[in-house]
Amino acid sequence: MNDMTPVKTTLKDWVTDQEVRWCPGCGDYAILKAVQRTMPDLGADPANTVFVSGIGCSSRFPYYMETYGFHTIHGRAPTIATGLKLANPELDVWLVTGDGDGLSIGGNHMLHLLRRNVDCQVLLFNNEIYGLTKGQYSPTSRTGTSSPSTPFGSVDRPVNPCAFALGSGARFVARGIDVNKNLSNTFKAAYNHKGTAFIEIFQNCIVYNEDVFADFTNKKTAAETQIWLEHGEPLLFANGTKGLALDREHPEHLKPIVVDVVDGDWQAAGVLRHDQTNHALAYMLVEMPFGEYPMALGTVYDDPRPTFNQVLTKQREEVSAGKPADLQALIEHGQTWTVEEDGPEL
Amino acid sequence: MASAAETIKDNSPEDAASVVVRFAGDSGDGMQLTGGQFTLSTALAGNDLATFPDFPAEIRAPQGTLFGVSAFQIHFGSRAIRTAGDEPDVLVAMNPAALKTNVDDLRNGGLIIADSGAFGERNLSKAGYIENPLEDGSLAKWQLLSLDMTEMTLEAVKPFGLGNKEALRCKNMWTLGLTLWMFDRKRKPIIDWLNAKFAKKPEIAEANIAALNAGHAYGETAELGYAFQPRHVDAAPAEPGLYRTVTGAEAISLGLLAGAKLADLPMFFGGYPITPASAILHHLSRLKQFGVTTFQAEDEIAAIGAAIGASYAGSLGVTSSSGPGIALKGEAMGLAIMTELPLVIVNSQRGGPSTGLPTKTEQSDLYQAVYGRNGDAPMPVLAVRSPSDAFDCAIEACRIATRFMTPVMLLTDGYIANAAEPWKMPDVNAFKPFPVKHYEEVPAEGEHFNPYSRDEKLARPWVRPGTPGLMHRIGGIEKASNSGNIDYSPENHQEMTDIRAQKILNVADDIPEQEIDLGDGSETLAVVGWGSTYGPIHQAVTRARHRGQSVAQIHLRHIWPLPRNLGDLLRGFDKILVPEMNKGQLKTVLRDQYLVDAKPLNKVSGQPFRISEIEAAITEHLDG
Repeated sequence: MNDMTPVKTTLKDWVTDQEVRWCPGCGDYAILKAVQRTMPDLGADPANTVFVSGIGCSSRFPYYMETYGFHTIHGRAPTIATGLKLANPELDVWLVTGDGDGLSIGGNHMLHLLRRNVDCQVLLFNNEIYGLTKGQYSPTSRTGTSSPSTPFGSVDRPVNPCAFALGSGARFVARGIDVNKNLSNTFKAAYNHKGTAFIEIFQNCIVYNEDVFADFTNKKTAAETQIWLEHGEPLLFANGTKGLALDREHPEHLKPIVVDVVDGDWQAAGVLRHDQTNHALAYMLVEMPFGEYPMALGTVYDDPRPTFNQVLTKQREEVSAGKPADLQALIEHGQTWTVEEDGPEL
Repeated sequence: MASAAETIKDNSPEDAASVVVRFAGDSGDGMQLTGGQFTLSTALAGNDLATFPDFPAEIRAPQGTLFGVSAFQIHFGSRAIRTAGDEPDVLVAMNPAALKTNVDDLRNGGLIIADSGAFGERNLSKAGYIENPLEDGSLAKWQLLSLDMTEMTLEAVKPFGLGNKEALRCKNMWTLGLTLWMFDRKRKPIIDWLNAKFAKKPEIAEANIAALNAGHAYGETAELGYAFQPRHVDAAPAEPGLYRTVTGAEAISLGLLAGAKLADLPMFFGGYPITPASAILHHLSRLKQFGVTTFQAEDEIAAIGAAIGASYAGSLGVTSSSGPGIALKGEAMGLAIMTELPLVIVNSQRGGPSTGLPTKTEQSDLYQAVYGRNGDAPMPVLAVRSPSDAFDCAIEACRIATRFMTPVMLLTDGYIANAAEPWKMPDVNAFKPFPVKHYEEVPAEGEHFNPYSRDEKLARPWVRPGTPGLMHRIGGIEKASNSGNIDYSPENHQEMTDIRAQKILNVADDIPEQEIDLGDGSETLAVVGWGSTYGPIHQAVTRARHRGQSVAQIHLRHIWPLPRNLGDLLRGFDKILVPEMNKGQLKTVLRDQYLVDAKPLNKVSGQPFRISEIEAAITEHLDG
């Protein structure tokens, strides 16, 4: 985000006249709506906002936002966003990518975007499949995923997007679900974080990977399967009857366990408080295998550091101070000699 | 007995007003530094000059080996110098490997100065010598000056208490001192440079200066056994003005800065380390006060991606690489073509394909520049002919990129990037500015802004994100010509493809007509070249014309689109010869564009053409 004065807008100011071309029922619709709904709350200015995307279903996103938009090439959105933000740090830059775009062909760029901490929001739509190319398994597909390119099931292990982000040095990592109303709050937290804010959004591909996340997105069982993280609050779920604690019976191992909370006395049960500035805790939360543990959602980690654009600008100002930008003098710098008019004839 | 300096020029095929000296040693011997400083002193003496640094890809190849030899050749004289010279008159050989790999290039009767102190058994065997060539008479067709420079250097620096290794590092300055004496050069600029370079280590500076003085004094006082006199080469005639030496990489960096200034834009430079292109990144990284942002990206693709992002933001995006890196940037170049954003791509060509010969020169990326992208993806291509020409070409690339809203490729090569020549420094204010005005007109109520509307040259408007009322979307996917919306329709793709091609062809109306460098168009044979072959072609054609041969020189700066008049010009000659350091790439383009019978002369050895090679081809084609 930048420090511009808030601008008053409504949802419709953020909607383009373009026909949305995702499959009916695609989770992308819900994400688009959530973004468009959040923008007025942020006080953001459409003219000062840029959506940059790569290639894939998610990357059509910029066409539907009444802002500046750049639909680039496969995997390279982080590079273009980096140049854009460095050239004009005043812009609000949003990056929309998918599991294939952001973690396979563009995995290297994602690593360096996060490491450098370029000030922008990254929305990674994770549907665990290549949709636009008709259903091949992706780098986040679970082992055994059957697809046109893996008819006998995939054999390689998937990457965990949030663990990848934390390992790359991300200073803001969050998780959301396409149709969940909390997504908007996550966007706000991401926008208010200075630096690269990485959000993994579980997105349902109804054509090639329907309900792959149903185990934890199903509303009926959500209380048992989801744990929503709030900074400073105890790590409770199942309506406060369960929580995450460290295994005190085996203090020699650092291992989270699910404990029962009786009568709301979470302290007695040893339940941990969420600390969004604790890197080790963040790792633990995103690495917990689902099933044995609930799915951790919301802001996992938020601990800002100076952004790449800030430090680069600062360095440029410091090293330029007192140095005149005289190009002619630069050209004439060093050891020179003069050939006189009355020199030998040509 | 004739003086040695006179002897040097005896039987010389070159004209007597110029000398070619080659310094050769281990890659750790500091030969590039020695050559560079000799170049400076030569330039300050008012000689015209050209240099050819030739070094291995390995930073510190195993000592004493043949493949670890690093050489620096300089051709200087009191007339216009266009090449680094064919055959050296003087070879300075710091060890047996340097002698072995270079001595066959030395002109018959030329002078070898060898460090006998480095010709021990171990070094001899590493170079594959069974007998010591300094002693066995095998160098009889040359003059030999065998000196124990190692010992004399150690002696000269003794008072400064350096370790053996550091003391030996001063050997190159001893050699330089002797060479400066041979050609009557002043030591002061070198001494100033050493004092500045080692300001924080004065004892190192003093030791080097002592070695330099000792080498010089040795020449002045030693009994060499024959009359070895210093030779003074007169200043070369040159246009009046203020001069300095410049390498191609420096000149391109300065030209890009000037181009951005003339366009009134901040520059964003995205690069990734690669030989021989990195020098441009290094130069610009130090010049932040000129409003240039340099970005060392994670890879070649990110370097161009970030430059495109910066151009989208309204800056002048520039990226630079060499052949393999340019290949990686290919898809992103297509994006810049499709989204019609200005961008300058500098390609410092090297020997290919793949990793090829990283430190050797070649001009084999012409196809890649003109044709090397998916889809019909036309892009203007310019080629630099010499280090000083690089400045003007860089400005021209910036002008075309911003005027036509297109990426432009600027071809240079490893030879130009590293070679130095005297440069009459330009007056930046003499260049016509081409200030960019970003588009800011808000459309009337109810109307949409079309990012693909066009001006009379077919360039589209450049809108900076952040401009109120002009929000729009661009991307690599095909867009409707009349709205900028996604459009896959057959008619629209045909139209947009035609427009993109025509826009680039329109550049030809905006560049000068092709001139004949030597000749008036009435000759039988035209020698057509591009890039760094300018020097040897120019010399070869000059000599042929002096002999009365009917030959002209045409040298192209604009490779795509070609100048409007080039076809007519070429059809005026009976024969066309195209010397290139590749397998015939410009030749193919000329044949394709004009149906002319252009004949190739190809060299892909990693070394520049010799003048004599081109002269022989001229004679062959005129007689044939």
